[in-house]
Amino acid sequence: MITVENVLDALSGVRDPEIDEPLTDLGFVDRVHVDGRSVHVHLRLPTFFCAPNFAYLMVADAVKAVQALPEVGDVTVTLDDHFASDEINGATAVGGGFDAAFPGESVGELGELRDLFTRKAFTARQSRVCDALLRAGRTVEELAAAPLGALTGDPDVTRCIELREQLGIDASPGSPAFVLADGSALDAGGLTRFIRVARLVRLSLEGNAGLCRSLLATRYGIPDPEEAAAA
Amino acid sequence: MYEKDGEQYYIVDAHIAFWDARPENRNRLGEGFIKCFYDYHRNLGPEEYLWPFEEKFVKYTEEDLMHDLFEVGYVDHAIFQPVYLGDFYKNGFNTPEMDAPLAEKHPGLFTLNGSFDPRLGKKGLAHLESLHEQYGIKGVKLYTAEWKGDSRGWKLDSPEAARCLEKCQELGITNIHVHKGPTVWPLDRDAFDVADVDGAATNFPELNFIVEHVGLPRLEDFCWIGTQEPNVYGGLAVAIPFIHTRPRYFAQIIGELLYWLNEDRILFGSDYAIWQPKWLVEQFVDFQIPEDMQSELGVLTTDIKKKILGLNAAALYDLEVPAELDVVSADAGTAAVGSEPLSPA
Repeated sequence: MITVENVLDALSGVRDPEIDEPLTDLGFVDRVHVDGRSVHVHLRLPTFFCAPNFAYLMVADAVKAVQALPEVGDVTVTLDDHFASDEINGATAVGGGFDAAFPGESVGELGELRDLFTRKAFTARQSRVCDALLRAGRTVEELAAAPLGALTGDPDVTRCIELREQLGIDASPGSPAFVLADGSALDAGGLTRFIRVARLVRLSLEGNAGLCRSLLATRYGIPDPEEAAAA
Repeated sequence: MYEKDGEQYYIVDAHIAFWDARPENRNRLGEGFIKCFYDYHRNLGPEEYLWPFEEKFVKYTEEDLMHDLFEVGYVDHAIFQPVYLGDFYKNGFNTPEMDAPLAEKHPGLFTLNGSFDPRLGKKGLAHLESLHEQYGIKGVKLYTAEWKGDSRGWKLDSPEAARCLEKCQELGITNIHVHKGPTVWPLDRDAFDVADVDGAATNFPELNFIVEHVGLPRLEDFCWIGTQEPNVYGGLAVAIPFIHTRPRYFAQIIGELLYWLNEDRILFGSDYAIWQPKWLVEQFVDFQIPEDMQSELGVLTTDIKKKILGLNAAALYDLEVPAELDVVSADAGTAAVGSEPLSPA
C-alpha cells in the first residue's frame, strides 16, 4: 500500500538542480494526495517567474521518482501558481520532453543545463569538505596530495562521491581527493585557486537556497525557517 | 548627503524606478511580475518600510518618490533605470516617458536612462536615437529577459545587439546597465548566465557594462567576467538589502566583489521603490565584515563605502561631486587581486 510518507520519501530524492537541495527540504512540495494506487503531488515555487527550465526538471524528476514506487498507479504532479504551469504540467503528464512543453522556444533538451549545474553542485560540495579540513588544521599541500580514500566519515564526502559517479569522474579510493568540476587534477597552486572559486560557487548556491526559502515563506505565508531558527 | 561620525558621504542611487503597475495597466503576467517585486519588498525590507500592495506599491506618487529619496533618503542624485515590459503592461512598466516629467521638474537631481531592444531592428535604433536627442541620455538599462511576442529574450553578444551598442558608442551613451531575468531564449539554457556580457564587454572596451544585482544568483560567473574585463561593474541593487535580513551573506557578497573586482567598480542602488535608500545607506555606513570573516574577506573602510555609495557612479556619469565629499582617488594598488582565477564551474 502506498502512503503519503512513501511518496515524500521518494520526493526527498529529487533535488532542485539549481541549488542542490531536496524539494522536500526546500518546502516545494505543497501537498500529496494518495487515493488507492493513485498519487497526486502539488509542487509550488518561490516566485511566479522561477526559471521554467529548472521548474520543468523538478516536475519531470518528481513524476519519475513517484512512478518508481512499487505498485503505484496513476501519478500526477501539478506545478501551481507559475506562469508556465499549463505548459509544464501538460508536457510532463504525457512524458513529453521540454521541447514539447515549449515548442520553438528551446533549441534542445535540458541535459546540458543539468550537467552544468551538477558540476556546480559538485564544486560546492567539494568546497564544504575542503573548508572543513582546512579548519581542522590540514594544509593545502596535504589536501592536494590526499587520495579520495583518505577522506572518510563526512556525509559531504559521500555526496561528492555520488556526484563523481554520476558525472563519470574517477571515484576510486586512490583518485585525487579534490578535482576540478571536469574531473581534472589539481596541484597545490591549482587547489589554492580552486578553493577560492569553489567558495564563490557555494556562496551562490547557498545564498540562492536561502533566498528561495524566504521568498517561498513570504509568498505562501508560512513561517520563515531562517527566522524560526534564529528565534 | 549623509553624515555619520564626522564623515560625509555623497550618495548616488544608481537604480530607481517610477513604475505603473496598476490593474488598468497590467495583464496576468504583469500582475505576476509586480507580485514578485512585492514579495521581495515584504521579504527583505524592514517592517516599518512596508507598503500596502494595491493602495501604494503598484503606483506611488511623485511626492512619495521625492520624499523617500531626497527629503529623508540622503540621496544627492538618482538614476532612473527604465523597464518597458510592453507585453505585460499596456503603457509599459516604467518607460523614460514616465520618468521624464520628474527629471525636467527637478534639474540636477536625476539622470534619465533609456533602453534599446535589438529585436526591433532599425526601428529600435531610431528609438534609441530619439531618446538621446530628446533626453540626452548617457546610459541604457537593458532587460535581456523581456518577452516580445513569441520571443523570451535576447543575448547581449548577438550581432543585432552589437549594432545597438555601436549606436550607443557613436552617440556617447557609455553606461550599459544589464539586468538578467529568469526567462531568456532559448529556455533550455541558464537564463541568468552573464557570459554574453563578457563578449560584449570585450568587443566594446569604451563602454561600461554595469551588471545589475551583481549577477545574482550567478555571483561566481559575474566575478569571473568582472576579473577579466576592466569595463565591467557591479550594481548592488537587490544584493544590498541582504544587509538587513542576512548580514553574513551580504558580507560574503561584498567581500567577494572587492576581491574579484575592486572598490572602484561597485555601485550602490536601492532599486526604489522595492526598497528605500534611507535605511540602506544608514545600515551600509554602519556595516562591517564580521570579525571572524575579516581574515578572508578584509574590511570595509570609510573610503570604500564613500566610493560605493556615490563616487563610483558619479565618475561614470560625470556628476559634479563637492570637493569636500570626494576621496583621494585610488592608486593602482587597489586593482582586483583575483586576477586570472580558474574558470568557475
